[in-house]
Amino acid sequence: MNGAVERFEERARRSVGAHWRTVVREHELLRHPVYTRVLHWTVAIFFILALLSGFAIYSPWLFHALTPLFGGGPMTRMLHPWFSLVFVVAFAFQFLNWLAPMTWTSDDGRWLKSLKGYVTNREAIEPEYVDFFNAGQKVYFWAIVASAVAFLLTGIPMWFPRTFGRITVAIAYVLHDIAALVMLVGFIVHIYEATAAQPGTFRAMTRGTVERRWAWTHHPAWYRRVTGRDPRADYEQARQRAEG
Amino acid sequence: MPTGTLEIKAISAHTGPIPGRGVQREEEVCKYIDVTTCIGCKACEVACVEWNDMPFQQTTFDNTYQTMPATQWNYWNLIRFNEQHRDDGSLMWLMRKDQCMHCEDPGCLRACPADGAIVQYTNGIVDFVQENCIGCQYCVSGCPFDIPKFNSQTKKVYKCTLCSDRVGQGLEPACIKACPTGCLKFGTKTDMRALADARARQLREQSGFANAGVYDPQSIGGTHVIYVLHDATKTEQYGGLPANPVIPPTYTIWKTAAKPIGLLLALLAAPVAFFHYVMEGPKEPQP
Repeated sequence: MNGAVERFEERARRSVGAHWRTVVREHELLRHPVYTRVLHWTVAIFFILALLSGFAIYSPWLFHALTPLFGGGPMTRMLHPWFSLVFVVAFAFQFLNWLAPMTWTSDDGRWLKSLKGYVTNREAIEPEYVDFFNAGQKVYFWAIVASAVAFLLTGIPMWFPRTFGRITVAIAYVLHDIAALVMLVGFIVHIYEATAAQPGTFRAMTRGTVERRWAWTHHPAWYRRVTGRDPRADYEQARQRAEG
Repeated sequence: MPTGTLEIKAISAHTGPIPGRGVQREEEVCKYIDVTTCIGCKACEVACVEWNDMPFQQTTFDNTYQTMPATQWNYWNLIRFNEQHRDDGSLMWLMRKDQCMHCEDPGCLRACPADGAIVQYTNGIVDFVQENCIGCQYCVSGCPFDIPKFNSQTKKVYKCTLCSDRVGQGLEPACIKACPTGCLKFGTKTDMRALADARARQLREQSGFANAGVYDPQSIGGTHVIYVLHDATKTEQYGGLPANPVIPPTYTIWKTAAKPIGLLLALLAAPVAFFHYVMEGPKEPQP
């Protein structure tokens, strides 16, 4: 059965409901609806374009490696602010879209305290209280918010230097660099976490769904909320079934 | 790049060795400007426009003899006028020839992120190479003298070349050639500095200018354009000549040290992630 037929399969269509063209099968949960996914990839594409064109100008060591991607130095300089503007605007929509699930709670403080256990894969499944996003994801989100604001506030004087004067530009450029370095680290970690580090995660942003066992493993509180079931119990049951 | 035979000493945003460095015997050159004998005739302004084939400019009348408020992308040489009232009530006309100072430590070259867009020759001339310019205008931010000027049509930055094309052929700059009073001179840095020191001493000892001195600011390693001033303690009165010109530390410490180190530390996230995978493995959905 090919993909197009599957998409309109009766059971899938029922579970799709308001989710547009996200097919949610049995043993799956809707993670990211179409709107979120389109926003995410718009942000991602323009972030990468802005990152590469920015780092082309960042260092002499990267200038010759990266400027040809955009048609040379002057083109790189010309395109960078426009890439960045689209990134900031697209992210502004994502900000509004995710403001509620990204709101910081006291559980997030607890999660950060046990960060070492998370990094060393100490527990098979995440603590009960981890909801739609864990604190690490929230830190990345708020770092992007802060950086996007910093990029915009410092980028505009660099775009129109004659209006803002030489000292403003000289200061703005340092803050712009720092924001870029923070984003680079976050970006590398984000890609790793979403792919190799946690199998079954990437599809949440492509097809929009995750396996139920992925949900109780990584986001038990969210699992409980959307299924009305106990994540720990379901996990134990599945484990016994797998072993038995 | 109108180098002629000039040897390059420094290149903006350049990695690796400087081609041709140390292969020629070159003297450091210097333009000497005696502000005290300038009559404000603007022959140097005209000569500059003529030699560099620049289109004629509309002048701006602002109740002084100044041609326009500031240098422009196609007007590199401007006599700045200032009427200065002395303590005894008498009036002094201060006229300073404003142009690129050709700093020994050029802020523009330090700030520039484009390989080869700004070069410094062994003789001290700092030149813009528009072919390699990306139009970011960091040089404007790096310059303590507000010299580089942006052309929004070509998206390139321009400034005085100290007639590097003439100097490369053994000629003096056009402005020097045009000066009728001899307040402009051109020669080696050593000779011009000695001449300036002698003239300043003369002003102090024989002409009653107790604070006369030479402007050759050491905060940027000295300049290849030096002034003899009636009063070297009040440089600002000469059309805003900064007493202590500095390059913003963002183009020195930050750019040369913090930026590459910061980038390496940030990129360290990639090997850390890779070895995390090797050592800890993935976190699979359970079971």
